[in-house]
Amino acid sequence: MLTSKRLRELEVIANTIRQDIITSLLAAKSGHSAGSLGMADVFTALYYEIAHITPETRAAEDRDRIVLSNAHICPVLYATLANRGYLPREELKTLRKLGTRLQGHSNNHFRPDLPIETCGGPLGQGLSQAIGMAIAARGNIQQNNADSEIKLPVWHTWCLTGDGELDEGQNWEAIMLAAKFQLHELTVFIDRNNIQIDGFTEDILPLDSLRAKFEAFNWHVIEVDGHNIQEIVDAANEARAIYERPTIILCHTIPGKGVDFMENRFEWHGKSPNAKEAKIALMELRTLGGQITSEHE
Amino acid sequence: MLNSELYLNPQIFDTNAERLPTRDGYGKGLVELGDTNSNIFVLTGDLAESTRAHHFLKKYPERFVECGVAEQNMMGVAAGLSLAGKIPFVSSYAVFVPGRNWDQLRVSVCYSKSNVKVAGAHAGISVGPDGATHQALEDLAITRVLPNLIVIVPCDMEETRKCTHAVAEIVGPCYFRFERDKTPVITTIKTPFKIGKANICWEGTHVTIAACGPLLYEALVAARELDAEGINAEVLNCHTLKPFDHSTLESSVQKTGCCVSVEDHQITGGLGGAIAESLGAHTPVPLERIGMPDHFGESGQTEELLTKYGMKAKDIANAAKRAIKRKV
Repeated sequence: MLTSKRLRELEVIANTIRQDIITSLLAAKSGHSAGSLGMADVFTALYYEIAHITPETRAAEDRDRIVLSNAHICPVLYATLANRGYLPREELKTLRKLGTRLQGHSNNHFRPDLPIETCGGPLGQGLSQAIGMAIAARGNIQQNNADSEIKLPVWHTWCLTGDGELDEGQNWEAIMLAAKFQLHELTVFIDRNNIQIDGFTEDILPLDSLRAKFEAFNWHVIEVDGHNIQEIVDAANEARAIYERPTIILCHTIPGKGVDFMENRFEWHGKSPNAKEAKIALMELRTLGGQITSEHE
Repeated sequence: MLNSELYLNPQIFDTNAERLPTRDGYGKGLVELGDTNSNIFVLTGDLAESTRAHHFLKKYPERFVECGVAEQNMMGVAAGLSLAGKIPFVSSYAVFVPGRNWDQLRVSVCYSKSNVKVAGAHAGISVGPDGATHQALEDLAITRVLPNLIVIVPCDMEETRKCTHAVAEIVGPCYFRFERDKTPVITTIKTPFKIGKANICWEGTHVTIAACGPLLYEALVAARELDAEGINAEVLNCHTLKPFDHSTLESSVQKTGCCVSVEDHQITGGLGGAIAESLGAHTPVPLERIGMPDHFGESGQTEELLTKYGMKAKDIANAAKRAIKRKV
């Protein structure tokens, strides 16, 4: 259990990350607002509490691997990295600009300074790469390397995907392979926000029931409120403890979370706020931050 | 005359000259690599035996990833393995890899500069009876266009074995293709093989014949036939399409003044394309292209198909004569 003090700290950080997302998207004049805001709590939990990686260990061979598959939500990744101390906050304003490290879809060209393991963008490609990293952590495809005389670096691989991108067939190829190898070294966070560019996921290409689908594919499934940091951290701990199955953490999130006029509106999937909208959004986020603080006092 | 400095097979023109499948060179090379490097991983999509990757599977099952008939995922898994320090070889038919997973090759491998080695088996029309769907005649075009990717077409079993070793030594993505049928053994263990460096197999002054893959044999037979008619052809083994060896081609055509490209691939986008680009930029001379003339293949025996679509020695010799005629 996180202490209530720590939980409050993390909630404040998540709120700051949301403000940084708005600021960077405003500067970029394009980019994806809804998914970025919706995943701020998961990113906070992952980069501050769950994954075994810090700015000091970012180049370590046994660092946990984090793979962002739906890389269009990279504003939340960049804002999290800035708050966590991997890059200067000022740099967030270079998002999507010529010469920036903060490309429109995150890439791995600035490793190890920026701990971004893969290039994302075209949907459905992250999970396969996460599987490769999880197999590499074993050193071979066998279940155990505990008996091996050679001590290999061990890490956990965390993959983040959207729900819309589960439309891609490549994911289902990957889901079968991870189950084949009983890849318990792999955990996938799915951003179940129910929207994609053209509309609601269940209208575009129905995904439900995701729990039943993943269980049928021999994965361990945990469902969480994607805005409850305690639940997210607990689920990650459970995932680490599960043996002989990879884990899906189905994160039920609200796209555009924290900004009233963006929440649950798929129109904000691929749009950035203008100056007026950003001002309203920032004011709202700051107020919400106050509410969260008061709740835990 | 065969270039003696290359230690080519001296019996190459004999009627009973040795013929071996190029894919055997891949299988052999993989096992040799596995013996010395524990980071080597091999992946396949239900084609272990066809690609000859099964030799590695028998010896190193713990480093063999059978992905099932799921090529998109396979390319991504390979990228993930490489980004975590392994050296994965992706083994499938060239029509599927990179045909089915070009986007994964582009983003997960090439853009990421992942150290993935992609082996396309059963390439070219020479795969024969399986017909058009299985004859990879476009793979070189779609790989050659990708930044960061090295593209190689070895000419025989021995060169495929050497190529398998050479790509493992390079850090970065590589694509190489080979064939199913037995093809003449042109090179020997002593023949030099350096990625990016074309070999002059037969020296001449009247026309340059630049070939890649097993059709290099047809090019050499053509050169010998032309020699008997008093035409001195120079035959290049352009095994590396990217990075392309402009300087060897340029020196050759400066001497000969015309060129013929030879490949088991569409005449656009592959070796013919690379040569046209190179000549256009550096040394414009007449170019004739031997290969598939913007057409799908069909079922048939290899020899029948090569004859029908004009990729035999006599077609190359005729193309050489046309190229010579076009010289100003």
